[in-house]
Amino acid sequence: MTAAAIALTVMVAIVAIGPAIGFLAGSRRRMDLEQWTVGGRGFGTVLVFLLMAGEVYTTFAFLGLSGWAYSRGGPALYGLAYLSLAYVASFFFLPQLWELGRKHGIQTQPDFFNTVYRNPYLAGFVCVVGILAFVPYIQLQLAGIGIIVSVASFGHIGRVAAMSVGTILLVAFVFANGVRAVAWVSVVKDFLMLIAAIAIGVGIPLAYFGGIGAAFTALARARPEHLVMPGATTNLGHSWYISTVLLTSLGFYMWPHAFGATFTARSADTLRRNAVLLPIYSLTLALMFFAGFAVVLILPHLRNGDLGLLTVASRTFPPWFLGVTGGAGALTAMVPAAILLLTAATLFAKNLYRPLFAPAMSDDRVARLARAMVVVLGATSLGLAIHGASTLVSLLLTGYAMVTQCFPGVVLGLYWKRVTGTGVLIGMMAGVLIAVVLMSTHLDPIVGLNAGFVALCINFAVTIAGSLATRASTAAVLAELI
Amino acid sequence: MRRPSIGALGLATIPFVAMCFSVALWDRVQPMILGLPFNLFWLTLWVVLTPCCMWVVYRLESTHTRAADDS
Repeated sequence: MTAAAIALTVMVAIVAIGPAIGFLAGSRRRMDLEQWTVGGRGFGTVLVFLLMAGEVYTTFAFLGLSGWAYSRGGPALYGLAYLSLAYVASFFFLPQLWELGRKHGIQTQPDFFNTVYRNPYLAGFVCVVGILAFVPYIQLQLAGIGIIVSVASFGHIGRVAAMSVGTILLVAFVFANGVRAVAWVSVVKDFLMLIAAIAIGVGIPLAYFGGIGAAFTALARARPEHLVMPGATTNLGHSWYISTVLLTSLGFYMWPHAFGATFTARSADTLRRNAVLLPIYSLTLALMFFAGFAVVLILPHLRNGDLGLLTVASRTFPPWFLGVTGGAGALTAMVPAAILLLTAATLFAKNLYRPLFAPAMSDDRVARLARAMVVVLGATSLGLAIHGASTLVSLLLTGYAMVTQCFPGVVLGLYWKRVTGTGVLIGMMAGVLIAVVLMSTHLDPIVGLNAGFVALCINFAVTIAGSLATRASTAAVLAELI
Repeated sequence: MRRPSIGALGLATIPFVAMCFSVALWDRVQPMILGLPFNLFWLTLWVVLTPCCMWVVYRLESTHTRAADDS
């Protein structure tokens, strides 16, 4: 057997184990809307924790951060800071959100906006923003699958073919099982990913330089400027770092799937304890930096930095281990992509289409519409992934610039009595519009700041001004709520 | 909603200052510590210190909550 055949066989076997567990997990239950989307609300703490962890360990962490450490250098460090800070920030609004959710049966982000602001247009807009922000996020995962399969096949399988097969598998997987399968595949994936992360993060510096310290000493001598900001870029300096860390740490729980997962927790205290402990989880991300920086000296002239980590792995490790890494990596892309597809499709059918266009629609028909949306969104993201040339990290930052615009509405809704639905709606519209305009005209970063962060600041200002200018209806509503 | 105590908010800003706002002070290669460039070492250190900070915040907030519930 050739090296490519061995690597691919191992990889396919690993990717197949996941869905097999998923099919077993799902086959004994009848699939209605509730069961398909929230697992019938019967998830224990462990399963919820695994689901949440599965969302953190995406292709972004595995290939994206190491890719940016390689191609951009210092600015990639934002990835290590923002996760910890996202949990710190969450301590002050997730438990409150959970309390509100329990009292009023809130399940999704649009539900929250509907409950607090009593404004269906605002809830609809939040829904649209969430779905739009998901598109680059799903695109990121599909691009990751393309990279992994083409490197693991030693270039025999093209990127486009790999992404297409990956998308078909993904849609079939989501179709057949819904969320329960995803949670169990997550277990397999996290375990394999940890092995791969340690082997790569420690193994590559060890094999080429004799250790992590030696690798950094060599890099500090050869290219010290690469290790600090702005690294290999001209415009990603300290102000960019601060604005990006703030944007992404405040936006982390604004992703509709993360927001929704909050309500599956058993108590508000569980969320507080999670906020204390989860930062530790990002420690393994440091391993991705070790590998990414080491690749700078090993393979200095790669065209696409996101390929760096796996390309070195394919030259360093035996083919079977490359297969294990590739399999873990592929699951790491597919699990979050499945969660994202499922959340986006359900949001569209249940929170956007039904309330606005067909209030009389039955649950079964909503479930069918959601499945159709899985196909539509999968195909859209695949199309964008085939034609797109952005780095994985840039894709995620694009999503964050959109999704974080929900933050003012959430945090002011919890803590400021004078805030109004109209104020939040015009603030969000201003924020989204500015983010889209700045990014599509390549004005990101602008005056050294992350464009999404600039949009967020304007969003806050407009929301506050707009709320003061309109009648305070929320105060009465909130008094009633609590 | 009941607001968090000032002490808890103050403690929680420590990780934000350490990992985010003070970047200009620690974003350098030397001195290398434990084989890592200083900026990478600093961030990794704070990934570990953040839960310690947040544990104190958790203790503060749970007594704060209990006091509020009693009154």
